[in-house]
Amino acid sequence: MNARDASPVKIVRSTTWSAGPGCHGGCGVELHVRDGKLVKIEGIADHPYNRGTLCPRALALREYVNAPDRLQHPMIRTGARGTDTWRKASWDEALDLIEHRLKAVKDQHGAESTLFVQGTGRDVGGWLVMLAYNYGSPNWMQSLPGNSCYHPRLLAMKIAMGDYVVPDSSQFTNQRYDDPEWRVPECYVVWGQNSVATCNDGLHGHWIVHALKRGSKLVVIDPNYNWLASRATIWLPIRPGTDGALALGMLNVIINEGLYDKAFVDKWTVGFDELRERVQQYPLDKVAKITWLPAEKIAAAARLYAKGQPSALQWGVPVDFAPEGLTVALAINALWSITGNVEKPGGMVVARPAFGVTSYPMSQGAISKMYGEVMPKEQLAKRIGIDIYPIARDLHWRAQPDAVIDQIFSGTPYPVKAAFIAGTNFVVGAQDPRRWRKAFESLEFNVVVDLFMTPTVMALADVVLPSSSFAERDGVRAWWSPLTAQNTAVRVGECRSDAEICFELARRLNPGFRYRTLDDMYRFFLEPSGISLEEIREKGWIFPPKDSAATPYARHERGLLRADGKPGFDTASGKIELDATRMKDWGYDSLPAYTEPSFSPVSTPELAREYPLILNTGSRSIAFFHSEMRNIPSLRAMNPEPLVQIHPETARRFGIENNDWVWIENQQGRIKMRARYALVHPRIVLTQHSWFYPERIREDKDFGAYEANGNELIPGGLHSKTGFGGAQVKSLLCRIRKVEENA
Amino acid sequence: MTGKNGLWIDIEFCTGCMACEAACRQELDLGPTEYGIKVFEQLLNDGQTFNYVPIPTDRCNLCATRVHEEGKRPACVHHCMAQVMEYGPLESLIEHMKRRPRSVIWSPVSRSSQRPYHDLEQFEFLEE
Ligand code: SF4
Ligand code: SF4
Ligand code: SF4
Repeated sequence: MNARDASPVKIVRSTTWSAGPGCHGGCGVELHVRDGKLVKIEGIADHPYNRGTLCPRALALREYVNAPDRLQHPMIRTGARGTDTWRKASWDEALDLIEHRLKAVKDQHGAESTLFVQGTGRDVGGWLVMLAYNYGSPNWMQSLPGNSCYHPRLLAMKIAMGDYVVPDSSQFTNQRYDDPEWRVPECYVVWGQNSVATCNDGLHGHWIVHALKRGSKLVVIDPNYNWLASRATIWLPIRPGTDGALALGMLNVIINEGLYDKAFVDKWTVGFDELRERVQQYPLDKVAKITWLPAEKIAAAARLYAKGQPSALQWGVPVDFAPEGLTVALAINALWSITGNVEKPGGMVVARPAFGVTSYPMSQGAISKMYGEVMPKEQLAKRIGIDIYPIARDLHWRAQPDAVIDQIFSGTPYPVKAAFIAGTNFVVGAQDPRRWRKAFESLEFNVVVDLFMTPTVMALADVVLPSSSFAERDGVRAWWSPLTAQNTAVRVGECRSDAEICFELARRLNPGFRYRTLDDMYRFFLEPSGISLEEIREKGWIFPPKDSAATPYARHERGLLRADGKPGFDTASGKIELDATRMKDWGYDSLPAYTEPSFSPVSTPELAREYPLILNTGSRSIAFFHSEMRNIPSLRAMNPEPLVQIHPETARRFGIENNDWVWIENQQGRIKMRARYALVHPRIVLTQHSWFYPERIREDKDFGAYEANGNELIPGGLHSKTGFGGAQVKSLLCRIRKVEENA
Repeated sequence: MTGKNGLWIDIEFCTGCMACEAACRQELDLGPTEYGIKVFEQLLNDGQTFNYVPIPTDRCNLCATRVHEEGKRPACVHHCMAQVMEYGPLESLIEHMKRRPRSVIWSPVSRSSQRPYHDLEQFEFLEE
């Protein structure tokens, strides 16, 4: 069609987050709308986060938003769970039913008997906790064993230094790479992440490529020779799950060779002598044996990192998935601390919400400030898992997922009866997924909120509410800096945003609810900033001033990190605690240590004879976010089938050729994937992340959820003893064989 | 006039992210399995060679409408995640290539107006 004949295009500027590309977002985008329909998405050229660029998932937004299989109206189940039996309902009817059922659970069993379940860090997280607290349940949770995605890393940083740090890519200033204070990291360590296929919390994956282009030397720690590894100065194809040993080995080199930053260590850390003593237990020959890496390469990597002025380090989820993920994160935290890279241009910088706006509450302090003291102390004390996991009790604000599953089965100390599930497809995505499914199948009432039909909806939902993409909602966000706005461009069917859904239910479930409209609530969020809702919507993004707590550098020296305004870090000692006193208080080892994976040639040699390969699940494809998007045709075309990456030599030994269908089997079960040659360590196979077949949801009794799903091969109960980390999805055992015709 | 302009792509830093494919698909309004540019992988077992090389297809028209009517850069260039693409007159692209030799210049000519599409559906009888 000729552009001149068409109705005019309206352009709405917004910021990506959650449904759409699926990610944790931050890209500035123009959404082009014609006749009420999304016709195009473009990156905003002068947006500091993405500078015009976008990933293929964001660029497929048109297809995603307008997908014919979107859920477009609420549905109430008419038949048995697990069957495709629904009737269309109005919002009023669906919300009345939910209100009625949740009030009944509260009256009969107490509000704590209802769970509020989210997956990854979607915008729904903040809204779910708001809903949970207004209803009166302390049991808001993430659907992942050991909270093993970023939370172990976050808590380790919180424990050791009182704040979270991210690699400095100049992301906290509007000038970005032109900021005169910013430095190119001389050394950039990429620890267990295929960053070019992903964007993370506070870091856009391709910022690492921008650093590489500007001269950073890379150290890539990954069993797979991925693209970043091919561009690295040093590639360390580590045995999965042994990250803790590697970190301790690097610390050993840096400390014993005197390569640490003595002035910084003296002035800003405590516990260095204890750490020095501890790392003596990890000489390089021992670490080399554990990690399958040559000692001299580990030493070279440690030296390159320590000598970098500055050095940055980006870490991925394998750190969390290591047997004691939180402890591994403590060790890596010590690496950037003793080398003095904290709050240094081009090193690691503290991430703080712009203007102190908390649009994604992470603490009860923020929650009570926002929503009022909605829950009495006795009620808060019922949060599941805090009696077992003191870190969950003192530093985390959610129910501990493994304890939740156990309590669902045991019914003690109180029964779990209902769940409000939003933005998660854990029937596919949780480790040991059948156990999770069984647990939630036993509940009396489940609500699932999603954009598409998923195995979780099919298996569990009694009511389904159709949610929206980021293009269909408003919002403000300070995660971290700058402050950004999401602006509604289109509406699809009867879909409502997670914010609208949770807001309306909170209003119904809490007679004392104090907000009239969502905009009232956004205005309340914005109060500390002095910025009006109109202004942030209009501008799209606003950076806080240079001297604010959300802007680097050297904030510990300038007294910007502590509530008392004194110089130092936000810990009891005011310093970075290399020997983490809080860990001691909770009865844990306060120094980093290495723990061998539960299933490995070392810990289970018998099993390793039967299953001689290391199974590393969860490798990412840029076409997908977690279990999503296999139903979006252009994205599926980029990665049409589930892949297992395997070294050609290993493949030959097992009688497999490139593109053969293979079974990957272990003591838990078997899955089927397409073999793809890769230059991965020959004793390791990598399976792609959270695959299911949306096209089989209705025809297959398991909704296409298991056949190609690596989580099927992961036993439950592998979470860390601290409750944070573990799950060990990267370090299991398996064998492979070719799928014979008709098998 | 597409023959005088082209695309320069720095192969050293192309990550194979496929944003160019997706951006082009949206710009040319192509179907989910149609391409105006396609990314190829070159991975050899020599410990050295791992490249992604995007190649425009015969449908690439160098974003004629976008560039000449809207005054923007081509959709692939604008969205490229690694920021490794440039658009412009071939002579100026050569300058990029001199500076960064591990790169390619494509001089696509959209054939859609000049060459008939061949009917691949004619093979259907084989299924009978
Ligand atoms: S994944 Fe990255 S590039 Fe894509 S929309 Fe999200 S933040 Fe932007
Ligand atoms: S220049 Fe335009 S038409 Fe050509 S490949 Fe890039 S996006 Fe497609
Ligand atoms: S968008 Fe850029 S980096 Fe990505 S594949 Fe295309 S040319 Fe390469």
